[in-house]
Amino acid sequence: MSLFNIFNVAGSAMSAQSQRLNVVSSNIANADSTTSADGKTYRAKQVEFMAMPTQDAASTGVKVNRVVEDSAPPKMVYDPQNPAADETGHVAMPNVNVVEEMVNMISASRSYQTNVETMNAAKTMLLKTLTLGQ
Amino acid sequence: MIGKLDEMMRFQETALNLREKRQQILASNIANADTPNYKARDIDFNKALQSALSNSGSETVSSASAASAASGLTKTTITHLSGNAQAGSADSIDGTPLLYSNPAQASIDGNTVDMDMQRNAFTDNAMRYEASLTFLSSKIKSMLTVIQGQ
Repeated sequence: MSLFNIFNVAGSAMSAQSQRLNVVSSNIANADSTTSADGKTYRAKQVEFMAMPTQDAASTGVKVNRVVEDSAPPKMVYDPQNPAADETGHVAMPNVNVVEEMVNMISASRSYQTNVETMNAAKTMLLKTLTLGQ
Repeated sequence: MIGKLDEMMRFQETALNLREKRQQILASNIANADTPNYKARDIDFNKALQSALSNSGSETVSSASAASAASGLTKTTITHLSGNAQAGSADSIDGTPLLYSNPAQASIDGNTVDMDMQRNAFTDNAMRYEASLTFLSSKIKSMLTVIQGQ
């Protein structure tokens, strides 16, 4: 039954999209973090998707190939009172673009929903097949 | 008797199998809607059904001879790629080539999945699958009526 493969394909897409959503939420949460785990300014992260061929030629899953950091320079904000300010009084703020992240979030959640629907459709088809001849 | 029953159901069975495959391909396209450089794929259902129906009679002979006759080069390890779409290769479904769909609006990341088209095809395919199931079911019902004779 190749219909079962749809569950694997849609499932892989759902897990990839939820990882993307995870990265987006961490970017938004850290939009004002002047220091990250390595002591430097937090940098926006992005997931990179990759198609994942399976044994069956007809089905191709998705996986997150890697998580890349945005190479854009940090935003320099003048704030001499801030303890993280340099000698000129500027603070390096994260290069997170909140508007971009919101768009990314909506796109990820819509893609997730589409894959849930795909899975539901496959489930309906399988259940109908089980009642064949009854 | 059993052979006749088998023959009666073969068309719908082949159609159902192909619909299942196509559903799988479309689900993969939808899953990869955000993957950069992914190319959307599909099969020509009409041609696929015709070739599947013509193959199913002499399945064992034709697929074995097609595999050896069609390839000009001999593969010595499994890592060798097949040059073109043939029966049993990665780029075909039951001898029908997996085609690439042309994007109506090109996307900047090289992805050719048109979500509207794919969703449309997905729902359409699911409906036709269920229609085939209904046809098959009614055939089974009429056969039961004949057997029971009541």
